[in-house]
Amino acid sequence: MREIHVDKIVSAIEKLFIDANYNLSDNVLDALSKAAEREGSPVGKEVIKELIINANLAREEHIPICQDTGLAVTFMEIGQDAHIVGGSLVDAVAEGVRRGYKDGYLRKSCCDPLTRKNTGDNTPPIVHTKIVPGDKIKIVALPKGGGSENYGEVRMLVPSQGKDGVKSFVLDMVNKGGPNPCPPIIVGVGVGGNFETSALLSKEALMVPLGERSNDPVIAAIELELLDEINKTGIGPQGYGGTVTALDVHIKMMPCHIASLPVAVNIQCHAHRIKEVII
Amino acid sequence: MEIKKITTPLEDSVIEGLRTGEKVFLSGYIYTARDAAHKRFIDALEKGEKLPLDIKGQIIYYCGPSPAPPGKVIGACGPTTSSRMDAYSPKMLSLGLKGMIGKGKRSQAVKDVIKEYKAIYFGATGGAGALLSKSVVSSEAIAYEDLGPEAVVKLEVKNMPLFVINDIHGNDLYEAGIQRYKK
Repeated sequence: MREIHVDKIVSAIEKLFIDANYNLSDNVLDALSKAAEREGSPVGKEVIKELIINANLAREEHIPICQDTGLAVTFMEIGQDAHIVGGSLVDAVAEGVRRGYKDGYLRKSCCDPLTRKNTGDNTPPIVHTKIVPGDKIKIVALPKGGGSENYGEVRMLVPSQGKDGVKSFVLDMVNKGGPNPCPPIIVGVGVGGNFETSALLSKEALMVPLGERSNDPVIAAIELELLDEINKTGIGPQGYGGTVTALDVHIKMMPCHIASLPVAVNIQCHAHRIKEVII
Repeated sequence: MEIKKITTPLEDSVIEGLRTGEKVFLSGYIYTARDAAHKRFIDALEKGEKLPLDIKGQIIYYCGPSPAPPGKVIGACGPTTSSRMDAYSPKMLSLGLKGMIGKGKRSQAVKDVIKEYKAIYFGATGGAGALLSKSVVSSEAIAYEDLGPEAVVKLEVKNMPLFVINDIHGNDLYEAGIQRYKK
């Protein structure tokens, strides 16, 4: 049994959200550079050039990449031999978010759903935990903007709709979003499980590095087919028309009920901010 | 690509010359307002009260910036999705608003009033909040400061990079772009 004090978690969360919001990962920056090369529209190329300049400015001058610094989504893999001491895990995550959003000058974008009153410190965060073997804790910070999150949906398809049904749902969501989720987008798809698991899978799919394919060759092929079809929609960077509408598509799948085919689509903007640490 | 330089207040002759798909550098004064501020504008008008700014000839930027760190004029300040303001825009344009800056498609009703009142809709690049902050010279909250990031802020901008989306000739960059590149 290894003891991990909550103070370590507070400090890790604070740093991760600031880092994620200021420093676009090399993985995303590389994907944007390649997109700039292959984009066929002059306006689209110009937009991607702006995005690359923006990411470099944010990194050099410590300015958030985007003013929508997101709801603080956190995925934690907690080793079953780790013992958290000194307080509650959820309180520690919230405190880390509170400090990071204050000290990092990040926008507080969390409000009461009905009165729309801002909670003032970007809490509560969204906390997903999974118990895994080992005595460490892996934390992934994924600040998620509202513009892209608004084009997510869960649909309970009929099993007979199969692969074609899944693909047409994904394309439907991409076309519905058009320019609004800030293309070039990243598309996360969750297939199977049940109602809530499909949604979670679609968000986990967004955490797969750009350019990486599913281990399952059937799924990998569907990812590439979808990427090709999305890029043929013509939506393009910012929706101004072009040949790069998505940077990548990732699908996560798990078995489901014999009567069901749950599918979820979660869209991420080009400002794909994600950072992780293991403590 | 070629970039047109324009300044506020926008004269009709300048607006007439702008075409969908052009990149412009805007300089002058603009005002931020998003969901909550627009709701208050309309509530004020319905009660017969005056707006906190004279919007005649002005440009509204749909933006809720991140907080300004010490030594900086503003934080990241990219656009938010404009369609959420579609319900309010015809009223604002009827009162003399000349320009809107945001991201995403507008409703047919908004496109119609853009033609009717000779106004213009620009797109700022969504997610380029750091880049856009570099074009802000000064920033001053002028109303609804209790709304935090949704307060109305007067911004002085220099060479703010924008694209013309809806012009007064009825063109729409989103429609034209998809038509051209759809396979």
